[in-house]
Amino acid sequence: MAKFRIVHYMNQFFAGIGGEDKADLPPEVHEGVMGPGVGLQAALGDEYEIAATVICGDNYFGENLDQATDAVIEMVKQYTPDVFVAGPAFNAGRYGVACGTICKAVEERLGIPVITGMYVENPGADMFRKDVIIVETKNSAASMRQTLPTLSALIKKMANKEEILGPKEEGYLERGIRVNYFAEKRGSERAVEMLVKKLKGEPYQTDLVMPVFDRVDPAPPIKDIKKAKLAVVTSGGIVPQGNPDHIESSNATRWGKYDITGMERLSAEQFTTIHGGYDRQFAMANPNVVVPLDALRELEKAGEFGELVNYFCTTTGTGTATASAAKFGTEIGKMLVEDHVDGVLLVST
Amino acid sequence: MVKGIEKYGIPVVHLATVVPISLTIGANRIIPGVGIPYPVADPLQGEKDSYKIRVNMVRRALAALQTPVDEQTVFEK
Repeated sequence: MAKFRIVHYMNQFFAGIGGEDKADLPPEVHEGVMGPGVGLQAALGDEYEIAATVICGDNYFGENLDQATDAVIEMVKQYTPDVFVAGPAFNAGRYGVACGTICKAVEERLGIPVITGMYVENPGADMFRKDVIIVETKNSAASMRQTLPTLSALIKKMANKEEILGPKEEGYLERGIRVNYFAEKRGSERAVEMLVKKLKGEPYQTDLVMPVFDRVDPAPPIKDIKKAKLAVVTSGGIVPQGNPDHIESSNATRWGKYDITGMERLSAEQFTTIHGGYDRQFAMANPNVVVPLDALRELEKAGEFGELVNYFCTTTGTGTATASAAKFGTEIGKMLVEDHVDGVLLVST
Repeated sequence: MVKGIEKYGIPVVHLATVVPISLTIGANRIIPGVGIPYPVADPLQGEKDSYKIRVNMVRRALAALQTPVDEQTVFEK
């Protein structure tokens, strides 16, 4: 019997081509396995063959979504796979978004079953969990070994067109799909049991999980820009040389506030970036490419807005827990209100 | 962070290169960045032009902050 064919997508880092310096690599295809494909092939066994590996740099994909998707689709098509696998991306945000985007496109355009893997807080998870089966992983690639059995079991089911059970049974992220089934107990009985458990403070499982809408209404616009006080906040890790507050280069637990009184621009002698998730050479040579102080000063002088508050706020956005980011926002926002700031430019790398 | 600040009623304009992420996290005013390592510049075009790009983007940010929006809005060009 012919083997089931798999095509595997991964980024430049997992393919062993390079780190941030190679993140602008356009898509390319290689015969056979690469990087984590070796372990995946072993987990799948002899009846399955990873026929090809498609690689694309995370920045290239993020900055050229449409072209990169089209190019990858063409490459995948040549190999007529039974299943398409992307990642797993763990907690790498750009990679997760790339995996989700390409999986969705392969399924829609080529009609091939797709699967990827991510940590639940990867931004790609919320973006694509409704469209694509995303195996739940831990937040680092160290959990590859634990992820492979779940991933390979689902690939096999997809290849053999077997029924895929619910997210809890199979180990993927909930997709918000409801499936009818015959329950042994009727609704009123289940409801009373749940209520009793709730009153006792015991754990219970609801029949219908409500979606969480974590949204903030748009704030009203600035009425008189000529009098407005503005602030800059960044997740790009721009800090004074020496990183006095020891902000982490990944998974930040704190943010910093740095004085810019009298400064016309951020000089490379005084400021740098400690962000661990992008190629830092440009921001190190000129920190204004992330915190646009020079441009803001020019427009401030020209009277295009009132004034810039005399500091900027910074943290590192890579691998940072969404709960931490929300906390930073609350703390920074409180301070900005006290300082009568009317509007914020938030720059993300 | 965007939502944490905006919930105080201060408008935030998010200058971010990967717009789908910005949409997912719930930013309401979004301006697409130039590149991930340089959201408000294009160093490959030389210092002078790169600076012009930045001034232009900051102007667009000021305009976005003065624009009423009812829902998530991406301000292209």
